[in-house]
Amino acid sequence: MSLEQGDIAKLARLARIRISEESSEELRQRISDILGMIDTMQAVNTDAVDPMANPHDATQRLRADVVTEVDQRDDFQRIAPATEDGLYLVPKVID
Amino acid sequence: MQWEVVIGLEVHVQLTTKSKIFSGASTAFGATPNSQACAVDLALPGTLPVLNEQAVNDAILFGLAIDADICRDSVFERKNYFYPDLPKGYQTSQMDKPIVGHGVVEIRLEDGSTRNIRVHHAHLEEDAGKSLHEDFHGMSGIDLNRAGTPLIEIVSEPDLRSAEEAVAYLRKIHSIVTYLGISDGDMSQGSMRCDANVSVRLKGEEEYGTRAEIKNINSFRFVERAIKVEAQRQIDLIEDGGKVVQETRLYDSDKNETRSMRSKEEANDYRYFPCPDLLPVHIEQSLIDSLQKQMPELPDAKRQRFETEYGLSTYDASLLTAERSIADFFEACSKVAGDAKLAANWVNGELSAALNREGKALKDSPVSAEQLGGLIVRIRDNSISGKIAKQVFEALWNGDGQSADEVIEAKGLKQVSDTGALEAMVDEVIAANPAQVEQYRAADDGKRKKLIGFFVGQIMKASKGQANPGMVNQLLNKKLSD
Repeated sequence: MSLEQGDIAKLARLARIRISEESSEELRQRISDILGMIDTMQAVNTDAVDPMANPHDATQRLRADVVTEVDQRDDFQRIAPATEDGLYLVPKVID
Repeated sequence: MQWEVVIGLEVHVQLTTKSKIFSGASTAFGATPNSQACAVDLALPGTLPVLNEQAVNDAILFGLAIDADICRDSVFERKNYFYPDLPKGYQTSQMDKPIVGHGVVEIRLEDGSTRNIRVHHAHLEEDAGKSLHEDFHGMSGIDLNRAGTPLIEIVSEPDLRSAEEAVAYLRKIHSIVTYLGISDGDMSQGSMRCDANVSVRLKGEEEYGTRAEIKNINSFRFVERAIKVEAQRQIDLIEDGGKVVQETRLYDSDKNETRSMRSKEEANDYRYFPCPDLLPVHIEQSLIDSLQKQMPELPDAKRQRFETEYGLSTYDASLLTAERSIADFFEACSKVAGDAKLAANWVNGELSAALNREGKALKDSPVSAEQLGGLIVRIRDNSISGKIAKQVFEALWNGDGQSADEVIEAKGLKQVSDTGALEAMVDEVIAANPAQVEQYRAADDGKRKKLIGFFVGQIMKASKGQANPGMVNQLLNKKLSD
């Protein structure tokens, strides 16, 4: 699968990143290569293979149900762009 | 045309762990905004989740309670969506290998019949924070205290066939999780929330109709109303030649209507994938066995025991076992009272009416199980009549006295069972009402039974309700036939 220049412009807009005209063609080529590799991988028959949840041959360690965190709100909010009444302020979103 | 409603419910239950599912921040309700949102909950770079053991145990307990298979190797996945109340950009949830597999919940309907509702699965996940859309200079305020609170989401099969069945199912889930003590089940505080998948089809049809999902219904009453109004909307639409589209709808309780939120085309693609930050959770059989041993008596078993051990009707036993707190209250009360049926009548009757009237929960009842038991003891030994007992109950409810005995003593409510005193009252009433006495003596047995009520009434009035009615009847019968 290969991409058109228009696809790159659209992806860049969705990802909210600016891509210069010069690097656009190189990016198009590199992303197309990655997609090509995925096509190759998808040709492999995996019917009898269980999906792998994690590459490590280990299982999750659990923690005891104990409150260990203290209130560090003031520290956290010092690096937030906008706060008020203890709330983090973000651009208005209504779903 | 005969329509059939098909409903599946997704119930979110907040677990009562002390700390969050993936962090050591507190889950206590009502804290000041963001004071319980730590670096993990805020998704600050470099933080990693560590799974809470208690949340896992709670989910397993629930699974065992509904007779489900417990997945021995469970996997957490990322459900990707962008919304500021979830700063990671994904919700850590489960999809392919949820911790609780197929289970079954028995519901009891109003006519006493029962139905088994299949649970497709139940999984562990984290709750999101809260967004406040009041005016913060055109911005939204975010409180992340709730972000990371552990939830189990219980997904039913589309086995429910009416709004009433859906409510019965939801009440049963509520009863199970509160019996297990894994959630407080408080819907008003959002500890239990519910989404309903609703579709309609002609009766006898095999295929399901196209469904709409109604989001975030937060009370038992609204579940019933939302489903009814949505089913009717779909029926009207189809009968008018329209077609139901698959979409997400919101229930507006003020207008009692559902309205479209987003259609299938606009639906999120959550791009689930196994969370690389969390390893698969392996559950040992020994853990399952030990949790099975801790399993408390569940609602159905308790109801059956109440029927056989106390000789209660299925109806009374169902009411008493709907909540563990009521069942415990009843048993404590019955033990003191020495009469289970009377105790059941008082708990389901006077007490529950008083609680309803004042909108109080049982735990806030001003009358304790021991006090109510003490009151019943005095009814049983004929110290007070049922009518006076209601007065005593009222007094205890209002805090006028520590025990029934104290109230009876202080207010002089003790029933008059002294033959001499009663005889005097009977004589007085007979002397004062010669016409009625004449009428009584002239009447046949059938009429006499009615006429004697007049005399009993007069005596009860004279004694302010304190005369022992059984003895009054005896004395009257004797004196009037003299």
